[in-house]
Amino acid sequence: MPPREGIYGLLAEFNTPSELVHATEMAHRAGFRRMECYTPYPVEEAAEALRFHKTRVPLICLIGGIMGLITGYGMEVWVNVWGYPLNIRAMPLFSWPAFVIPGYEWTILFAGLSAAFGMIALNGLPQLYHPLFNAPNFRDGATTDKFFLCLEAHDPRFSVTETRAFLEQFNPVSVVEVDH
Amino acid sequence: MATQRPPHDPETVHDPMIDPRTGEYAVIAPGHNFRSVTQKIAGIVLTGSTPWAWWGGFFFAATVAMGVVIGVTWLVLKGVGIWGVTIPGAWGFAIINFVWWIGIGHAGTLISAILLLFKQGWRNSINRFAEAMTIFAVCCAGMFPLLHIGRPWLGYWLFPYPNTMNVWPQFRSPLAWDVFAVSTYATISIVFWYIGMVPDFGTLRDRAKSPIAKYLYGLVALGWRGSTRHWIRYESASLLLAGLSTPLVLSVHTTISFDFAVAAMAGWHTTIFPPYFVAGAVYSGFAMVLTLAIPIRKFYHLEDLVTLRHLDNMSKVMLATGSIVAYGYGMEVFMSWYSASHWEFFMMWNRMFGPMGWAYWLLILTNIAIPLTTLWSRRLRVSPGYLFFLSFVVNIGMWFERFVIVVTSLYREYLPSSWGTYRATFWDYLLFIGTWGFFTVLFLLFARLAPMIPMSEIRMMLPQTKVRPGGQPADRVVEEAL
Repeated sequence: MPPREGIYGLLAEFNTPSELVHATEMAHRAGFRRMECYTPYPVEEAAEALRFHKTRVPLICLIGGIMGLITGYGMEVWVNVWGYPLNIRAMPLFSWPAFVIPGYEWTILFAGLSAAFGMIALNGLPQLYHPLFNAPNFRDGATTDKFFLCLEAHDPRFSVTETRAFLEQFNPVSVVEVDH
Repeated sequence: MATQRPPHDPETVHDPMIDPRTGEYAVIAPGHNFRSVTQKIAGIVLTGSTPWAWWGGFFFAATVAMGVVIGVTWLVLKGVGIWGVTIPGAWGFAIINFVWWIGIGHAGTLISAILLLFKQGWRNSINRFAEAMTIFAVCCAGMFPLLHIGRPWLGYWLFPYPNTMNVWPQFRSPLAWDVFAVSTYATISIVFWYIGMVPDFGTLRDRAKSPIAKYLYGLVALGWRGSTRHWIRYESASLLLAGLSTPLVLSVHTTISFDFAVAAMAGWHTTIFPPYFVAGAVYSGFAMVLTLAIPIRKFYHLEDLVTLRHLDNMSKVMLATGSIVAYGYGMEVFMSWYSASHWEFFMMWNRMFGPMGWAYWLLILTNIAIPLTTLWSRRLRVSPGYLFFLSFVVNIGMWFERFVIVVTSLYREYLPSSWGTYRATFWDYLLFIGTWGFFTVLFLLFARLAPMIPMSEIRMMLPQTKVRPGGQPADRVVEEAL
């Protein structure tokens, strides 16, 4: 857990995704690891530059789907065979084809909810406060038309003066110190 | 996504929708940048002054929606006897309206999920309000079976839950399948819609001026800040939800068609119902998207974002699904003859030439004759006025399709001694018309309070998104060229 006081990081603002991706790539080559890009839409090249490839969202979704299938189908079998057996026009109690549709629906229900809430949980949301919202230019740009690279202070290579000089060489619009 | 044309084709040079450098047919009118599209879409929501026409529409729709309030109140006081449902026509307006509304919803899921998987970029402009349409249509649809069960306050008995009476649902019945299909569909649609709006709520939070708007949009934005790692997980979840919604939407209308197809009733007991119901649902849903999109793009001046190309593409989808529906009608007639079943043959004869034959021919006129002859013309496919008219024609036709299926099979079934007729009552009409108002009220609230067009997805379609190696700000050249 990083200290909750002092500087959070240095935030460089760029006008175009190309400049952002270039700066991110160079920062990674220079050895920075604790960094993040902020963009108004998904920029896959920035994720490449951050070497962020794999997410666990599909795995969570798969597990949710399997759980939904077992829960839904198992519940139907239990209800119609043991819990409340009814003779409906002499059909077998375990009418497995008739149980397919609710089982299928719950597979999708559980998988979809797992994907959505799993994504929110992995992203650490809801998180209504974040130090970056303190940066004067962040909120006007990050969700509209600007591209940000934040090198975070708890990276071992971070130093306020040297890192600022490092970021300045990519011609950003601005480099701002962000407080906690 | 874009039609490839040779870049120097002389006839395309003067078309402003053709990108001169690539020869691609643009989906969004040229001249926009990230900020301009954001301001355009966010401005509709964040403006302090609500247009007077919005208020006019809202009050009109709310007045019509009073039909629901009055109709449901009287129904709860008196019981379903106030409707026209009786033996033999035990499934009247309630089921017709249920199938009609839920079918309308299906186009929203088709646009948001299936077209996303097929990488149809043009869908980005229309997917948000099509999804909203889905959810509001499902709200209207869900009302009807709930009221039709007679004691709507006991509707939770449809769900499996441990209770002191020790009774459980009977899962061999398609009506129990319906409960699962429709409730899953509503839940997943709402989740997909909300997840899609989170980044846009972030934009609204950051652009809002009033503290109340900042606070409320900040809450629903969940603290979204556009982090790249978040975006990658977000894209992954969106794709998964799209992949799950695609089989879901097909299964929902399939399940609804099973309500009919599983019954041993002439005109219902047929295997063609699932695909033909799904195609009909998409057909009427796209008509409803046109009904909503054409006035909205005009009223809010969104012609740059919802272009004629969108209308053209939607008309083509309608042409395709309408043809499947026409094939379904043809095959029903063929099977009633080919089955050599006396009952099937009589059902079809009665459907065409019986006392309610007018409904069948009206359906053929509005679903087949008018749309499937005119939609071949590109001039009509890009004419908003004609499409607006046609969207009503098709939705009337699709309502009559369900009317014909439900009523003409039931009112003259196997035993002539039990023949009767079906007459809808005032309360049937009041509730049905009331749901139009209810739907419009919800849609107007959505248009006022939430971003109707997904801003983050529109940004992805602009030429400035191209990333050039080496970090050279070559994108400025693009902006100058436009």
